[in-house]
Amino acid sequence: MNQRSLHSDMGVIVKTTARATIPLIGIFGAYVVSHGHLTPGGGFQGGATIAGAGILFLLAFGLGEMKKKYDHHLYSALEGLGGLVFLGMAMLGLGVAFFYNTLWHNGPFNGEPGTLLSAGYLPIMNLAVGLKVFTGLMSAMVAIAMYRRWKE
Amino acid sequence: MNFESFFGIIQVFVAIGLVVSAAAAIRFKNLIAAVLAMAVFSLILSLEFYVLQAPDVAIAEAGVGACLTTAMYLLAIKNTTDEEVIE
Repeated sequence: MNQRSLHSDMGVIVKTTARATIPLIGIFGAYVVSHGHLTPGGGFQGGATIAGAGILFLLAFGLGEMKKKYDHHLYSALEGLGGLVFLGMAMLGLGVAFFYNTLWHNGPFNGEPGTLLSAGYLPIMNLAVGLKVFTGLMSAMVAIAMYRRWKE
Repeated sequence: MNFESFFGIIQVFVAIGLVVSAAAAIRFKNLIAAVLAMAVFSLILSLEFYVLQAPDVAIAEAGVGACLTTAMYLLAIKNTTDEEVIE
């Protein structure tokens, strides 16, 4: 197979369509993440959707353009930050119990059920999981795409 | 057409499609064709999850199965061969 096929980018039509589509996919993924406690979806689904936008960027613009935009240390740090935010939200109500939803019982996020700020720590946990899934999947995809075939 | 008969017809078509696409995914010798059959299998499985009223699982299955695993398999095939090797 052609070894340089991923390093070069696609044609004009694909790149223009990707420029128009990537923000839409990103906004829809952010909607799925942030409304995870109201509508179907959540952290993993929204994170996988945004990672799909990242894969579209990788396929449309090529690996060379992806290497300029992709920072390995930033993505690794953000993945750790997502896990830490999840753990921190779980330990907020540690005075009562682990995973005690203190942001809903006596916190700011105790709105009427059905509204956006009505689930305590759940939207924050969804954001953390979405960030972690997105950065992890993008790191894995870029690592696989940058893998070079060894010489026999 | 009431809902029960429509539900049953959808279930029958989904079952046939799942079996056919799974058999195709393991019978194809060309690995790219096998990956495409797996993508079709994931799409039909996502439809089945939606019919069974689990939209959360359907979104996860569609996003992961149609986009991520297909791209990952194609990147892996690009680094190796696209024909099945029998040793």
